[in-house]
This record gives sequence, C-alpha cells and structure tokens, in this order.
Amino acid sequence: MDPEATEGAVVSWPAVFVAIFGAVAALSAVAVVLSRNVVHAALYLVVVLGAAGAIFLVLGAEFVGWTQILIYVGAIVVLLLFGLMLTAAPIGTHALDNQQRGVAFMTSAAVFGVFTFIIWRSFGSQRIHLNQVVRTSDVGRSLFSGYILPFEVVSVLLLAALVGAIVLAKKD
Amino acid sequence: MSLAWVLTLGAFLFSVGVYGVLARKNAVLVLMSIELMLNSVNINLIAFNAWFRDSAAVGQIFALFIITVAAAEVGVGLAIVLLVFRNRKTINVDEVDLLKW
Repeated sequence: MDPEATEGAVVSWPAVFVAIFGAVAALSAVAVVLSRNVVHAALYLVVVLGAAGAIFLVLGAEFVGWTQILIYVGAIVVLLLFGLMLTAAPIGTHALDNQQRGVAFMTSAAVFGVFTFIIWRSFGSQRIHLNQVVRTSDVGRSLFSGYILPFEVVSVLLLAALVGAIVLAKKD
Repeated sequence: MSLAWVLTLGAFLFSVGVYGVLARKNAVLVLMSIELMLNSVNINLIAFNAWFRDSAAVGQIFALFIITVAAAEVGVGLAIVLLVFRNRKTINVDEVDLLKW
C-alpha cells in the first residue's frame, strides 16, 4: 500500500468493493485454467467476467459494465458452452493439459512479475478519485462524434466474422 | 483507491490467461484463456479511464471495441474448432499438426 493511502479513518467503499470483486475474479480465473472439467471451467469464466463487470460498474463505467455482462456472460460463454457440447469434451487433467505446465507456469509468473514491477514503478503513487459516473449518453456522444469511423469498421469486422463463421461451420 | 492495485489485478488475469493458453490442450479451453487475457486489458482500460477522468470516455470506447473484437474472435474460433473436430475427431491442439514438418 502506498503512503498516500491513508485518507483518514473513512473506509473507501469503492476500494472495498473493487478488492472483493477483484479477489473473486482472481480466484475464479485460477480455477478456469486449473479446472479438470471443461463445463466447470466455463462456469468459473462466468464468475470472472461477472466480477469484472461489477468492477467496471464500481469504477463508474456504466455502459461498459452492463455491456460486459450482456455480451460476455450472455453471449460468449453460451457460445463456448455450445462449442463444448458439440465437441466431445473429455474430463481429467491429462486429457485437458499438455506436458508443458511447468514451463507455462514459469512464463506466466515471469510475465506477472515484469508487469507488476513496471506498474508499481510507474503508477505506484497514483490514485483514482471516483467522483463521476460516465453516463451512457456521454459514451454514445463521444462514440458517434469522434469515433464514428472505428465504430463502422468494427461493425464491418463483426459482420465479416459472422459470415466467416457460418461459411466455416456449414456442412457442405 | 490506488490505481496500481487495479492494474495489478489486470496483470494477474493476463498472466493466468497466458498460463491457460500455454498449458491447456483442449482448443475451447485455449479460447477461454484468450477471453481472460482480453478481459484483463478491458480492466486496464477502464481503470485508466477512471484515473484520467476523461470526459470523452476514450478508455471505455476502446473497451467496447475490444468486447466486439472478442465476440468476433470467439465466433470464428469456435467455427474453426468445430471444423477441426469434424475432420480430425479431436480438438487437442497438440494433435492438430498438419502444418508441422
């Protein structure tokens, strides 16, 4: 904890909620990659994404928080579950993991170490002051004024992915 | 609230996703780990958006783009997985080695 964290005796409730949801998300993320049952992994993924959406809401990102829950939990995880059901999903560590778990753990630990070092070195003393909620109307106004071209490009991308997925999965 | 703790959460989720991509051999689980990594980036973007107190909400707009790209990616990815399963009767990524010499 940085030295500026002492803001009197008042508990910062957003920080408490972010800590709780962050812990839930972190533990469930570990469960996603360690689970021996693919369906359990998908359900833990729901918990991770829902907790992340809750963090977005606490951080004042109203539209993104609900979009996260709607798109990720409502669509992407359902799609992944369909994928699990349409492919024969085996159970067990040896059926789901390959032989590189040690190397993978060392790589991810190194990534985490480097990231944490850089983050705390650069932003260790910075604080988030939550005093405003970004309304959906603000996001919409910004999206349709300054970012209209990326918005159109990403919608074309989504359409292309949709058509491509249908073409790929179609039985000939 | 400290910005660095939220960023550390994002870094942790990203590292867990890296582990999942490297250690899992079921292709659908690899896709799930990729979703974890994309989501950690979203956490970073939202945290920076709250830190900058940007009235244009640029971080949130980028997070929305990433969510869209993730949806497209998982759609095409699952179509490829289904196709591989139909042709090879397996979706273990270490057994799909047609391009390996």
